[in-house]
Amino acid sequence: MSTTSDVAMADSTRRRLELTSSRLTRLERMMEIRLVEDRIQELFAQGLVSGTTHTSQGQEAVAVALAAATRPTDYVSCTYRGHGVALALGLTPEVVLGEVLGRQIGCMGGLGGSMHLSDPDVGLLPTFAIVGAGTPVAVGAALQFSVTQCDGVAVSVFGDGATNIGAFHEGLNLAAVWNLPVIFVCENNLYGEYSPIASTTSVTDIATRAQSYAMASEIVDGQDVDAVEATISRAVERARTGGGPTLVEAKTYRYVGHSRSDKATYRPEGELDSWIARDPIELFAKKLAHDNELGGESVQDIQRRQSELIDAAQETVLASPSGSIAQMFENILAPSRH
Amino acid sequence: MRLRMNQAIALAISEEMELDPRVVVFGEDVAVAEGPFKTSEGLLAKFGPDRVRDTPISETAFLGAAVGAAMTGLRPVTEIMFIEFLGVAFDQLVTEAALMHYMSGGRYNVPMLMRASVGSGLGFGCQHSQTLERWMLGTPGLKLAVASGARSAYGLTRAAIRDDNPVVILEPRSLYGQRENVEPGEESIIELGTADILRTGNDVTIVTLGQTVRVGLEAADSAPWSAEVIDLQTLMPWDKETVLHSVARTGHLVLVEENQYSGGWGTDIASYVVSEAFSDLHAPVLRITAPDVPVPYGPELEQRFLPSSAYVQDQVGALLSTKKTPPPWWEEFL
Repeated sequence: MSTTSDVAMADSTRRRLELTSSRLTRLERMMEIRLVEDRIQELFAQGLVSGTTHTSQGQEAVAVALAAATRPTDYVSCTYRGHGVALALGLTPEVVLGEVLGRQIGCMGGLGGSMHLSDPDVGLLPTFAIVGAGTPVAVGAALQFSVTQCDGVAVSVFGDGATNIGAFHEGLNLAAVWNLPVIFVCENNLYGEYSPIASTTSVTDIATRAQSYAMASEIVDGQDVDAVEATISRAVERARTGGGPTLVEAKTYRYVGHSRSDKATYRPEGELDSWIARDPIELFAKKLAHDNELGGESVQDIQRRQSELIDAAQETVLASPSGSIAQMFENILAPSRH
Repeated sequence: MRLRMNQAIALAISEEMELDPRVVVFGEDVAVAEGPFKTSEGLLAKFGPDRVRDTPISETAFLGAAVGAAMTGLRPVTEIMFIEFLGVAFDQLVTEAALMHYMSGGRYNVPMLMRASVGSGLGFGCQHSQTLERWMLGTPGLKLAVASGARSAYGLTRAAIRDDNPVVILEPRSLYGQRENVEPGEESIIELGTADILRTGNDVTIVTLGQTVRVGLEAADSAPWSAEVIDLQTLMPWDKETVLHSVARTGHLVLVEENQYSGGWGTDIASYVVSEAFSDLHAPVLRITAPDVPVPYGPELEQRFLPSSAYVQDQVGALLSTKKTPPPWWEEFL
């Protein structure tokens, strides 16, 4: 693995550490994720984004909670619905938006696109565009911590749809057999692509699948960032102290369709509204206002400030050139050591 | 020292494990049982259960774990018992391992070795006897080598463990018990991407790989013509320079492949040589391969499947005398 050799801390690492400083920074990060993803959809509508993109509006609490509960030196494998987790872990809006728009400022220089975000400075393994693929890879990262006797942990983030593929089951079994420090975080948003979970999955609660592997599990309200953070922290503590893996199921919802082209017409009437009524950002903002932790600002002020930051990031990204042809020929094989 | 190929592989892994504590070994029955083909003999006893591990029968899990372990600091060596078993875990090799360096803008490396036993000759039937290098050919981000005996298995294995990329080594199963002279040490490490000229000659260049190396050498030994026999050793990347240089002298190229005709590894090489050195060739390129059928079980049929040295000798003789490619033996059955 190559990591930054700069003495200065990487922007992403600094942003990651900020997240642990206060609950306000977590609220701000959740707002940032929502704003960036809304912006991606707008840019898509303007024809500035090619291909497809998978956004996660409504699931921000899970992303921010798992980032807050882990260290930049831990590893995270995530899916193609990864903007939220990437931003939560510390990648800047410039790097994420830049990659989505295929610009050189993006984390892969514009060669990857929306589904391929990565940053070793915060332990983000390249996000996986193949359903289930990241789960055994996270198990391998956990094996590394186990063999080298570090107290690091690996986190595998995936949706409910991924729990019906072999890689999920094989990965959980191996993690349990080897008692590895890994936390499996399922964002159960009730739909695997276009299909409701009941039509594809034999259980209502994904967490029950942990029983097959004699693994600890916990179900948590995925719209409550404090609750998710507490749940994942318990699992992280278990993993760091030799207690082995945990399957965490966060019950959540994506406000939008599976991907750009999906209008999500398959959802029953009123379902979306009932989830929006428990919007994770609004819930947390109310809680912080109640606890007097908004730093003297109003929620609207914070929202406006975040929005301005995203405006500035977007401007920077649009000024960045597209990926170069020469870059197409780079980073295919690592240089030989011979 | 005289070593069987499986002993040479175990020795190569052991030496790299001694030099580098990041090297770990895992796979099905590789630890306690020391490998179904005894290719990890002594490793568990020497390096302990942290570094030498048995896995469940879960190729996706352990190949994926190798990818994750490699990206985060270990140098895993995994074993796919029969290459066909890769089918259930193919994603982890060609879509994950091969692309992680690229997908991270070069910031994560994937230094892992996937070994697999391959090939016909032991009566394992159609689901346990293929070579299947074709599944991986042309995959950017992978290196692919094929052992042809104890000496090359030793040299390629050590090089592959040191490489910072995902490397696949295919090991012809029928050769595990065959002995060859191996001189252990740094100087016997074979640089990936280099071919080995095993026999020099002037009339024809015979390029071989894996199990067909012996076939090519036997054909050349008793032939009335003079053949240069090359063990290609690595398919990705393959040694263009050595092959072109030889063809420039001999004017004839014959590829001896264990795989079926369609889509075999020789197609790329034939195409390249014809494009780059057409004026050097005195006859068409001849590919001697297995027919486009599954590997048969019965011993006589299976023997027929793999090109024999007598068949290679006949085919090459016909090429040299007529300057045309002779029909394959199976033509009458098509």
